[in-house]
Amino acid sequence: MRNPDLVVSIQEEDFSAADLESDLLRAGGPATGACVAFTGYVRGANTGDAVSAMELEHYPGMTEKSIAAIAGEAFGRWPLGAVRVIHRVGRLLPGERIVYVGVAAAHRREAFAACEFIMDYLKTRAPFWKKETTDRGERWVEARSSDTSAAERW
Amino acid sequence: MMVTVRFFASYREKLNTRQLQVPLPRPGCRVSDLLEQLVASGGELWADVLARDNTVVAVNQVVCDLQRVIGEGDEVAFYPPVTGG
Repeated sequence: MRNPDLVVSIQEEDFSAADLESDLLRAGGPATGACVAFTGYVRGANTGDAVSAMELEHYPGMTEKSIAAIAGEAFGRWPLGAVRVIHRVGRLLPGERIVYVGVAAAHRREAFAACEFIMDYLKTRAPFWKKETTDRGERWVEARSSDTSAAERW
Repeated sequence: MMVTVRFFASYREKLNTRQLQVPLPRPGCRVSDLLEQLVASGGELWADVLARDNTVVAVNQVVCDLQRVIGEGDEVAFYPPVTGG
């Protein structure tokens, strides 16, 4: 069996989903027949308030390790060719990309499932925290119980 | 015997502390003992911030519970529920 091909990057810079997809297809090799990707963006409004900026904090070292562990779990559950996880940190503006999870696999079913699984686990386990700037000042985003239930179904 | 204690996000802000070096309460102690010591020396604010049901604890960058035994050189982090993605 091929070794799982995983890249995790925590970065301030933006990324190109098109470039990442080319990289996934190359890394997945000739058996790749499906590529599923999710891109998350900064919302310009949250819980009724306009959001003018967002600051993302993380726990350097642990973040990379926890995402690698989540991806490792996905590799154990589904036959996957390659996985890419990019998460931005620092100051971001509405409409900017925050996160990318891309999965290459032989067939669509495992690619869809693994992409969603990695996102659900990332949201509830990877040590990132968002702070929003709104008209009413800055506030830390509260964790949502719907995210916890989404991760619990796997 | 020293451990490094780290705080993130709202905890870091409320406690106005990013990182501390503290002596372990005693050999073979658990995260709960360290937490008790931090609250005892920090006072009410520290109790309010840290002693919550949803506080996440990580030792050496792996999430664990308060029963985890800690030792010399360990890195113990306390943080609120995560909100990435």
